[in-house]
Amino acid sequence: MTDAPNATFLLAGAALFALGLRGIFAGVTPLRQIIAVNVMGNGVFLVFITLAARVAGGRPDPVPQAMVLTGIVVAVCATGLALTLAVRHRQEQNERSGTSPP
Amino acid sequence: MIVQVFDTVLAVLLVWLAWRAVSDADPLRSVVKFIVLGMMLALSWLRLGAPDVALAEAAVGSGLTGALLLVALRRLQAARSSAGGSPRKEQP
Amino acid sequence: MIRRTIGWLPSALAFGVLSWALLDLPANPPGLADAALRSLERSGVANPVTAVLLNYRGYDTLLEVAVLLLAIVAVWSLQPISTSSVAEPAAPILSSLLRSLLPLLLLTSGYLLWIGAFAPGGAFQGGALLGGAIVLMLLGGLFRRRLWQRLALLQASLWVGLAVFIGVGMGVMFGGGRFLEYPNGHAGNLILLIETAALLSISVTLGALFFGGRPSLDGEPPPEANP
Repeated sequence: MTDAPNATFLLAGAALFALGLRGIFAGVTPLRQIIAVNVMGNGVFLVFITLAARVAGGRPDPVPQAMVLTGIVVAVCATGLALTLAVRHRQEQNERSGTSPP
Repeated sequence: MIVQVFDTVLAVLLVWLAWRAVSDADPLRSVVKFIVLGMMLALSWLRLGAPDVALAEAAVGSGLTGALLLVALRRLQAARSSAGGSPRKEQP
Repeated sequence: MIRRTIGWLPSALAFGVLSWALLDLPANPPGLADAALRSLERSGVANPVTAVLLNYRGYDTLLEVAVLLLAIVAVWSLQPISTSSVAEPAAPILSSLLRSLLPLLLLTSGYLLWIGAFAPGGAFQGGALLGGAIVLMLLGGLFRRRLWQRLALLQASLWVGLAVFIGVGMGVMFGGGRFLEYPNGHAGNLILLIETAALLSISVTLGALFFGGRPSLDGEPPPEANP
């Protein structure tokens, strides 16, 4: 693997991380913030896999690839839990505003 | 030469999709852009020599996360619409 | 206008620092590829990523399976299941698609599990595919309500992956080894055993995460609206 494609992907990974960071601060609803966190995670994965691809020798490095595999599964679990929390939070808000007198 | 063009196009597409996923006005469009970002990311994993990760990303990172986001979006919108004092209707 | 520009400052700063740090890294580092590939015959599988996941760094994978279980326990503790998730009838085109698609998905996930020892694949990929198949079954209304409420079976399939992993890890200590230190020659079979149990757990956990709520404890129908 030559250097040039890896620089492109490294910059793309850094950009994804920065955009996700922006999305967390600028996110109006929890759903947007959860999407932003996932985008940040994807940026990190992109950097990991690119660094795994540029090792010396022919084959890419399997250790960062295994780490990213683990990371993807953990990220989806965290996203599921975060979304359940967000939906529950909204339901609690509705209940509280529904029972309080206008 | 063609490979560099492919890489550049893919990287630009990834960044654009991420930007739109984070900053689109309509939440449904954000989720859809996020799903497409996952698919493009799976393509990137293949390009970078990680087929195992590409399989997992396409199935779980893009597909299942997208499904979870869509279901949560529907439940949140239903919760928002029922907050106006209408009788408690069935949550989807 | 000024506020919007300032709002982009942290991201721009993060992007700048990260790009500078990343482009500063050595171009072709040695990495761990040689070390991983050198011990590949002793690891019991021929796919280096599977070897890393289930042999070299098997403890990390055990913790990951534990995280899966933890996530579904947390989701179940928050939210009971709602009616319409369980009993929607499917549109005819969806059910006819599923009738041809689901056996293919089942077969492919089993294939991915088996081929993970030699080629790209493995328990996680197969589990993800099977989890997707379970989600499709839920969306197509092919799950009878009674099936979801067979609580013991459902719970067992959730923790069997972690249990088999820990069981194998402790079982190999009887020969005098350490935790998760596979004996020579049996590594391949033990990895396949762990992967099979993990596939079941991963797929049911992902399906249950999509479903989003806990089943009721004594078989009664789920509540109509949120409590």
